[in-house]
Amino acid sequence: MKQLLVILFSQALVNNYMLARILGTCPFIGVSQQFETATGMSLAVVFVMTMASVITWLVQHFILNPLGMAYLQTVSFILVIAALVQLIEMVIKKNSPGLYRALGIYLPLITTNCAVLGVAIINISSNYNLVESAVSGAAGGLGWGLAIMLFAAIRERQRLAPISQAMQGFPIALVTTGLLAMAFLGFSGFDVARFIGL
Amino acid sequence: MADSKLIVTPAPHIRGNIDTPSLMRDVVIALLPACLAGVYFFGGKALISLVAGVAGCVGAEFVFERMSKKPVTIGDWSAVVTGLLIAMVLPPHVPAWIVVLSGVFAIGIVKLLFGGLGYNVFNPALAGRAFATAAWSALAATGYIWPASAQGAAWARGIDAVTSATPLTLLKMGEIGGTSMSRFYMPLFLGNVAGSLGETSALALLIGAVYLLWRTHISLRIPMSYIITVAVVTALYGQDPLFHVLSGGLILGAFFMATDYVTSPINAKGQVIFGIGCGVLTALIRLFGGYPEGVAYSILIMNAAVPMIDRFARPKRFGEVKARA
Repeated sequence: MKQLLVILFSQALVNNYMLARILGTCPFIGVSQQFETATGMSLAVVFVMTMASVITWLVQHFILNPLGMAYLQTVSFILVIAALVQLIEMVIKKNSPGLYRALGIYLPLITTNCAVLGVAIINISSNYNLVESAVSGAAGGLGWGLAIMLFAAIRERQRLAPISQAMQGFPIALVTTGLLAMAFLGFSGFDVARFIGL
Repeated sequence: MADSKLIVTPAPHIRGNIDTPSLMRDVVIALLPACLAGVYFFGGKALISLVAGVAGCVGAEFVFERMSKKPVTIGDWSAVVTGLLIAMVLPPHVPAWIVVLSGVFAIGIVKLLFGGLGYNVFNPALAGRAFATAAWSALAATGYIWPASAQGAAWARGIDAVTSATPLTLLKMGEIGGTSMSRFYMPLFLGNVAGSLGETSALALLIGAVYLLWRTHISLRIPMSYIITVAVVTALYGQDPLFHVLSGGLILGAFFMATDYVTSPINAKGQVIFGIGCGVLTALIRLFGGYPEGVAYSILIMNAAVPMIDRFARPKRFGEVKARA
């Protein structure tokens, strides 16, 4: 149980996928203009990361490893994640057309979101078991979601700022991301195991 | 947009005659006791640092605003405040060029790129410090020295200064600890310990803070919720709360940086949430983090959360009732 808490904290904050590992930058910059869409995107990413962690773990341990085809890891993981994202896209299109339109091109882009592939591969390389992988995936998604929600709230406010024309839009978004990552350096070296009391 | 008269505050609104230059001048006055204490304890090098910080910030503001063909705002004293604060949060014996470059980063990148005073997301001085720590970690960490009064013997032997660990670094390395920390109270209160240039003397900082409170430029909401939270969390983990309150940059950060108008929440509820968040992060970074001190990073992280806090701590509209299901 404590091991799961350690994974939760380290994946969500200390090794935040966006701000410490700099993965998943494309939707982070792309869907952060509005707080509501960013929240929707976070939920989608939490869901995709958790499901992808579980399914890629099963693929790795019940298909790739027994057949001795671990070298197909990247290809098969991308395939599994792509199928998952299609499924989620259909669900969102049916249940929340507004969110579907707001997410636009970025929802299919989760397919190639390196954070989702990253969490799947990191789970395998950290030798997590099935439950640990699921927690790691959910925590990774939550941390990424926290980052994009903070960022979206900042960007909404930036729309009113007299930023010079050359810096408006993406440039200032990238600079803000850099400063956010610098603030999150405060978590680097955080001893999660001792904090949880392991 | 820059010239619109749209000022975002909760009601009620009263028109006062305080403007930015007079406010910033008061902050400079409030910082002077701590600056003087820094020069007294750490000698002439501290003075060079302070001058370098102010020169870097004011110079960067002038050059960047000239380059982007905007009105030059060095007359509003805000760059002077940032410059003083940068020198104060860095160790007293870092090379002057690091102080200058941190100032250029703070003003150029953190403040002016974002649209200038009033639009910066992060506190410029703390972001400058985080930048210096990230870029020159070795140089920025070895600049801590014992106060001059403890260095007479070293000077006699022809040594300029003796570098030393700060009390919080000693605590982190396990060289001090346990419960009998009371021998540190008096040196920490007066400032006679190793530490960043302007953070060591709690007494001098409190004199400045009282001045700002008397002029009603700051309220006690953020500093008090911040400091009390640090005391409570460290006490819960069996540490000496008074030692944690007096040591490091807590008093400087709580009164002079967390209260920055631009980078703190607008209304009272949000400010208390902000202070508590800073306090929890500071205590946890000090106890479990990779750094001995967490004030700078905690305030930066909470700065990033301010727009979100403002979103959720919005006051209820007049006459609004909870919708029935």
